[in-house]
Amino acid sequence: MHPSFCFMVRISPATVVFKDRGVNVKGYIFKRVGFMIVTLFVIVTATFFLMQLIPGTPFTNPEKLTEKQLVILNAKYGLDQPVAIQYLKYIGNLLQGDLGYSFQYEGRTVFSMIGDRIGPSAFIGLQALIFGSIIGLLLGIFSALKHNSVYDYLSVTIAVLGMSIPSFVFAALLQYYVGVKLEWLPVALWEGYSSTILPSFALSVTVIATVARFIRSEMLEVLGQDYVTTARAKGLSEWTVIVKHVTRNALIPVVTMLGPLAVSIMTGTLVIEKIFSVPGLGEQFTLSILVLDYSVIMGITLFYSGLFILVVFLVDILYGLLDPRIDYKGAEQS
Amino acid sequence: MTVKMKKDVNPIDSRLNHLTEPPDELFVPAPLDRDVSEEIMTPSISFWQEARERLFKNKGAVFSLIVLALLTLLALVGPAINEHSYRSQNIAHSNLPPKVAGLEWLGFDGKDVKGNDVYATRNIEENYWFGTDEFGRDLWTRVWKGTQISLFIAVVAAALDLAIGVLYGGISSFYGGRLDNIMQRIIEVLVGIPNLIVIILFILILEPGITSIILALVVTGWVGMARVVRGQILQLKGQEFILASRTLGASNARLIGKHLLPNVMGPIIVTVMFTIPTAIFFEAFLSFIGLGLQAPLASLGVLIEDGYKSMRYFSYKLIFPAAVISLIMISFNLLADGLRDALDPKMRR
Repeated sequence: MHPSFCFMVRISPATVVFKDRGVNVKGYIFKRVGFMIVTLFVIVTATFFLMQLIPGTPFTNPEKLTEKQLVILNAKYGLDQPVAIQYLKYIGNLLQGDLGYSFQYEGRTVFSMIGDRIGPSAFIGLQALIFGSIIGLLLGIFSALKHNSVYDYLSVTIAVLGMSIPSFVFAALLQYYVGVKLEWLPVALWEGYSSTILPSFALSVTVIATVARFIRSEMLEVLGQDYVTTARAKGLSEWTVIVKHVTRNALIPVVTMLGPLAVSIMTGTLVIEKIFSVPGLGEQFTLSILVLDYSVIMGITLFYSGLFILVVFLVDILYGLLDPRIDYKGAEQS
Repeated sequence: MTVKMKKDVNPIDSRLNHLTEPPDELFVPAPLDRDVSEEIMTPSISFWQEARERLFKNKGAVFSLIVLALLTLLALVGPAINEHSYRSQNIAHSNLPPKVAGLEWLGFDGKDVKGNDVYATRNIEENYWFGTDEFGRDLWTRVWKGTQISLFIAVVAAALDLAIGVLYGGISSFYGGRLDNIMQRIIEVLVGIPNLIVIILFILILEPGITSIILALVVTGWVGMARVVRGQILQLKGQEFILASRTLGASNARLIGKHLLPNVMGPIIVTVMFTIPTAIFFEAFLSFIGLGLQAPLASLGVLIEDGYKSMRYFSYKLIFPAAVISLIMISFNLLADGLRDALDPKMRR
C-alpha cells in the first residue's frame, strides 16, 4: 500500500539465510517457524495487555446496569479475576483453538464470527489480487517492452496514481461516479456477483500499481542482461526471447511482492468493506473497535497477524525455491 | 514484437568500430610544460551538487517540489485568507456549494445537484470558494487547516521515526556483536506484526488526538528507518576509509559524525520522503474508520470522512479534500522516487 513498506519488504529475501544450501534449508525453516511462534506470542501478549489499558467497558450502556448486574456480567466473562489469571486462561484457551465469546453478541464465539465473516473478505481479496496482478503484469511488461514510448509514460503515470491515491478515497469516488451517478453497478451491499465488482476493483488499484511498477523495472533489468543478447544471437524468435527468457526471469522477484500486497489488501478491506457495506472481516473489525468488543478485536487481530506472518514466511521460502541464483551465503551481514 | 537493442551491447558492432579508429601515427604527444603542474580543468562537483543537478533534471520531481511548496504555502496562509475560522459555525449558510466569481465555468457556480443557484435563492452575498459544510463552516478554511494538521502530523512522525531509527540502527550496527544480535532479534519480531493493527490498538488506548496519532505512527514507523540505517552502516563500516580514519586515531564520535552519517544521508532522506506520505495515509485512514481526530478539528481524513457521508448530494465536500490528499501523496511519491534516483551512488558517472 504505502511505498516505504514495499521498499522494506523488497529487501527481505536478501536477508534470508541458508548457510549451506541443501543441508541447512531445514534448519532455516525451523528457525523461521520458531520466530513465527515467538512473534505470535509477543502479539498475543501485547494485544492482551494493551486491551486491559483501553478505557471504557465492553458492555453496552454500562451506566444503565446496576452494581449487581455488573458484578454478574464481570463474573460471567471472567473479568473479575486478576489480569494474570485472565491472561493465562486466554493463552490456555487459545492453544485449544478457543478465542472466547463476543461481549456484544450474546452467546456467539469469536471463532464462529470470524468463520461467518471470512468468506466475503477472502472473495473480494482474492479477486482483487488475481485481477490486479494480471492487469499489473500486462501493464508493466508492455511498458518495459515499449520503453520510453507514450505507452510507457501512460502506464507509469497510472502506476504512480495507483500507488499514491489512498484506496478509500478512490473507493469513495468510484462509488459516487459509477454507483450513484452512472448507476452501472450496485452502490453497496452484498447481493450477487455484481456487487463484488466495485469493492474488488477499488482494492486492486494498489495491486495493479505495485505489480506494474515492479515488473517494469525487473523487465528492464533483465532486458539488459548478457543472456538475452545470447538468446537473440542464437537466432531465437523475438517472441521466444521475450516469453521464455525475459518474462520468466523477471517474474521471479514478483513473488516477493506478495507480502506487501497481502498487507495492502488486508488494510484495504478494513475501509473498503465499510464503504461498500460488505459483510466481511474488515467491517466486523471496524465495528468491534467502535463498540470495544475486546474478544472480537483480539481474535481478529490474531487472525490478521497470523495470516500476515504466514504469507511472509511462505514468500521467503518460495523465493528461495524459485530462484536458483540465490545462494543465501553470507547474507548474514545484511 | 520488437525490442530496441542497446548500441553498446552488440559485440560485433564494437569490434567494427575498433577497426575504423584512427591509426596510432596520427597521435602526437601534447606539449608538456614542466613549469606548470597538472590541473583539473572542470570545477569539482560535490556529491550534493551533483545530486541536486540530477534531481532538477527530473521533471516529475521538480513538478512535485513546486506542488508541495504551493500546498504548504496554502496550508499555512490559506486559513487566514478569509475571515472565517475553521470552527466558526453559521447555520444560515449551511451546505452551500462552492462559488468563485469568474470561475463559474469550472463548476464553481454555486449551483446544487438540481442546478439551482443556492446563493440566489437564499440571498447570500458572500462567496464560499469551496462551499460550506452542514454547520455552515467554511470549507476553504477547513481544507487548508486540515492540510496543515495532516502535514504537521506527518512531518513530526517522520522526524521522530528518523531520530529513533537512526539512533537504534546506528548503535546496533556500529557497536555490533551481541548488542546487534539482540537488537536485531527485537526488530525481527516487530517487523512480523502488521503495523496497522498496532496503530489501531494504540489509538484505542490513548485518547484520539494529534499526539496519540503521532505516537501510534512512530511506534511502528521507526523500524523501517532503523533497518535502512543499519544496512548502510554495516556496508560502510568495513570500508578502507573508515579503517584509515580509525588508524589515524579518530574517535567514535568523529567516525560517526564525519564519515558514517554523511554517507548514510541519501538513503535516510529517501526513507523520510516515503515515510511522510505513509503517515498522511494512515492519519486519513484512522479518521476514516472513526479513530482519528474529532470535529471541529480538521484533518484531511476528517474532511474526507465528513464528505463521504454526504457525497450523494454535496459531492464537493468530498472532492476538495480528496484532491488535496491525492496531490500531496502523488507529489511526495514522485519526489521520493526522484531523490532515490538522484542520490543513488551507482548512478554517479
